Amino acid sequence: MLHYLEKLGTDSRRGPAQQSFPVIENVSRRGMLGGMLAGAGFVLAFRAGPAGAREPLKPYPTGGDGMPHKTVSDPNVFIAIDKDGVVTIVTHRAEMGTGIRTSLPMVIADEMEADWSRVKIVQAPGDEPKYGNQDTDGSRSTRHFIQPMRQCGAAMRTMLEQAAAAKWGVDVALVRAKNHQVVLLDKAKKETGKALGFGELSEAAKALPVPAQETLFYKTPDEFKLMRKGEAKIADLHDITTGKAIYGADVRLPGMKFAVMARPAVVGGKIKSFDPAAALKTPGVEAVHEIEGVFKVPRGFSVLGGIAVIANSTYAAMAGRDALTIEWDDGANASYNSDAYAKELAETAKQPGKVVRNQGDPDAAFKNAKDVFSADYYAQHMVQAAMEPLVAIAHVTDGKAEIWAPVQSPYGARKDIAEALKMPIENVTVHVTLLGGGFGRKSKWDFMVEAALLSQKAGGAPVLLQWTREDDTQHGFYHTVSLERIEAAIDDNGKVTGWRHRSVAPSIISTFKEDDGHSFPIEDGMGLINTPFDIPNVRCENGKAMAHARIGWYRAVSSIPHTFAVQSAVTEIADKLGRDPKDFLLELIGPDRKLDPKALGFPEDFWNYGDPYEAFPIDTARLKNVIRVAAEKAGWGKKLPAKQGLGIAAHAAWSSYVASVVHVEIDGDGVMHVPEVTTAIDCGFYINPERIRSQMEGAAVMGMSNTVYSGITFKDGAVEQSNFTDYTIARMSNYPKKVNVHIIEAPHGTHSGGVGEPALGPFSAALCNAVFAASKKRLRNLPTGEQVL
Amino acid sequence: MAKITVNGQDKEFSGDANMPLLWYLRDELNLTGTKYGCGAGVCGACTVHLDGVAVRSCQTTAAEADGKKITTIEGLSADGEHAVQKAWRELSVPQCGFCQAGQIMQAASLLAKNQAPNDAQIVEEMSGNLCRCGCYQRIHDAVRLAAGGA
Repeated sequence: MLHYLEKLGTDSRRGPAQQSFPVIENVSRRGMLGGMLAGAGFVLAFRAGPAGAREPLKPYPTGGDGMPHKTVSDPNVFIAIDKDGVVTIVTHRAEMGTGIRTSLPMVIADEMEADWSRVKIVQAPGDEPKYGNQDTDGSRSTRHFIQPMRQCGAAMRTMLEQAAAAKWGVDVALVRAKNHQVVLLDKAKKETGKALGFGELSEAAKALPVPAQETLFYKTPDEFKLMRKGEAKIADLHDITTGKAIYGADVRLPGMKFAVMARPAVVGGKIKSFDPAAALKTPGVEAVHEIEGVFKVPRGFSVLGGIAVIANSTYAAMAGRDALTIEWDDGANASYNSDAYAKELAETAKQPGKVVRNQGDPDAAFKNAKDVFSADYYAQHMVQAAMEPLVAIAHVTDGKAEIWAPVQSPYGARKDIAEALKMPIENVTVHVTLLGGGFGRKSKWDFMVEAALLSQKAGGAPVLLQWTREDDTQHGFYHTVSLERIEAAIDDNGKVTGWRHRSVAPSIISTFKEDDGHSFPIEDGMGLINTPFDIPNVRCENGKAMAHARIGWYRAVSSIPHTFAVQSAVTEIADKLGRDPKDFLLELIGPDRKLDPKALGFPEDFWNYGDPYEAFPIDTARLKNVIRVAAEKAGWGKKLPAKQGLGIAAHAAWSSYVASVVHVEIDGDGVMHVPEVTTAIDCGFYINPERIRSQMEGAAVMGMSNTVYSGITFKDGAVEQSNFTDYTIARMSNYPKKVNVHIIEAPHGTHSGGVGEPALGPFSAALCNAVFAASKKRLRNLPTGEQVL
Repeated sequence: MAKITVNGQDKEFSGDANMPLLWYLRDELNLTGTKYGCGAGVCGACTVHLDGVAVRSCQTTAAEADGKKITTIEGLSADGEHAVQKAWRELSVPQCGFCQAGQIMQAASLLAKNQAPNDAQIVEEMSGNLCRCGCYQRIHDAVRLAAGGA
């Protein structure tokens, strides 16, 4: 996301991947499916291929083309085969729990017919010119890299087959890669029993030119051994269960020091004075250094500045920090108080804002309405709170820097570290460890720059800079605080004729350009503008809200408040009209169609999760399908005991479609529990259904934290929470006990959508709708707390 | 000086007696499988066994471990063959994996004192261990599986 943001100048808010809108024609269901199969990208060409079930594929455009360094599909970059036949596959995306470090290599291995048990996975350092984009966020890894990875695998398989054919002196049509070897066929295409192992062929294959994409043949789904099966375990499973997996703080270097740092409580705060004497007397403490803050606006990911304590253990460094005396000048942000700010947001939401989408004549619709629905939905800031607090290890010596970190964007980090150290980028190496969770925070590399500066200041000693949990909670890039106002005009027939959504929230873009108090297309595209309802008059507005803290992305970003508001309102309006919420939602979405952005008044710079709209249109048939599946599997409409209820919510997001039905039960003490969640996801062509299920299960738990438990508030510019004692997240004592996941089998060839983020948005609304169904209590302020009655 | 047996090896600790075991294990013995998550005893990522019972190593000082046997995830079994570790792999419990060493140590401690815990006992024992990825459903199932249930 970040590089993408960097490219956005003040003069142009249009992303590089955006293209002009096509005219979308409504087509019959049959025509639509045909379009998915043929027109959507994986076009079958009729020409003779090699032996076995193989098909040529025509590539389709993705948002990957608009990312810095785009995508790379050179098999010699990602695959190496040694003489013993060990296939080493490079994974260039960061592993933070999605399973991507396993899933993308699976694609290569399957496509090239490698034996999974003889595949070794290695993690790429930050090097985008070589590997293509490495920003592991935005639910993009599969969306952008499924095609390049398949291409790498198919190309390597072809090269191995060509090498074998050359050795045997036969036409390539008479050989076939199969389970880590190439077998020789007879004229009837039957196996002769002769075979050459991948190891034996590796050198000859590597010497061959890489075949062009349009000449390649790909495996057909019935030939897949790894893709779409979900049987192979994640690569790091054994290491994780035995304590051998290496996360950010687990790298050990000779002579390594341990450090922690004191930072300003208020963003933009400066050191007036400090006294290191007591810290330096603390046993184990070796040095105290000031890291100068960067006070430019916009801040980007620049360091906050502060005082670092270096010691012979993390414990000693922490004790030394406790002994520091620092006087701070808090600066302008010290006026930030969450209570007052919430009132400001609510006041702003009462006034018309900047129009970001207009369709029809909403003013007339509201004027002529028989009834008007109106509600405000508020949500506090949140912090990502990965279980692994931020940490980085830096070794800066002899004009070179080597950094190890759990980082989602290693190349962006590398660029900024080079700049901070005033070194050419070639002299900086960024190694990516496993991430103990990321959720967007580890896309922001301030912690790595700090470590690099500290190692340099410490005279080149390797330094592990550990953020404490309190640091992680209080010096974040926060999920924004928000006020969403939804208004609906209802006519005499109980039809919604007008829709107004006014979103007021400090924007992420304030981190990257001078704050004008307004959102930018990426936020608006996450469920504000693209609400897929068949309502004739719609206006979406954005009210002004200035940022007084560092605002950043948090898993699922603006879809959390937007979808919470929109999908809560749907059930609220249904209740007002005496309608079933599921039927009413389906009715609001309307006929099966691909949304026509132009006809609906979407702005020219509408952001479609970075994907070109022609290839990734919003398809209401797919959205309605996940709603129907989730409702049916959850037993929607079933009779439940008192104080129990079902809630539903859905959205199209990250080029996927998700619906969830949440079952809530309120106990005798008025505490809500979630015995069951039913989630249906259509993410198109998927790789690893087992990891999709785990993402859906996890999204329900994080969704429960978002909705019920987690809130960050500011007092005099400083974060009031500090640790899991006051920034609470779901525990096993109260979490969604059973998550049933239904993955839609989209037609072969449907483009891959995102998985990591889309399930968060609907969860909050589905949960609050369920609480309403169970108790008639409507929850509009997040976090709600678990005590609802 | 504290004499501590760590994963069967006798160690002598001569540093600050108030140093939490967590940092002794990680920074001095390089046993990095035990994780720092909160430093306040509220997340469970640092869970180890003290004489076979789960404790938070961030809240247990080196002095308190004097004369005791400490087991970390690295010492739970020879090659990850403890029933809990096997169940964890069988059900593909981890997502990011960071909290899992603590979860596994907590579960192993539970099963050492109660071979057939019921669901309420599992919830009670495991509720001190946070997982931000949200693997609780599988953690619960894996504890049940390790206990010999389905």
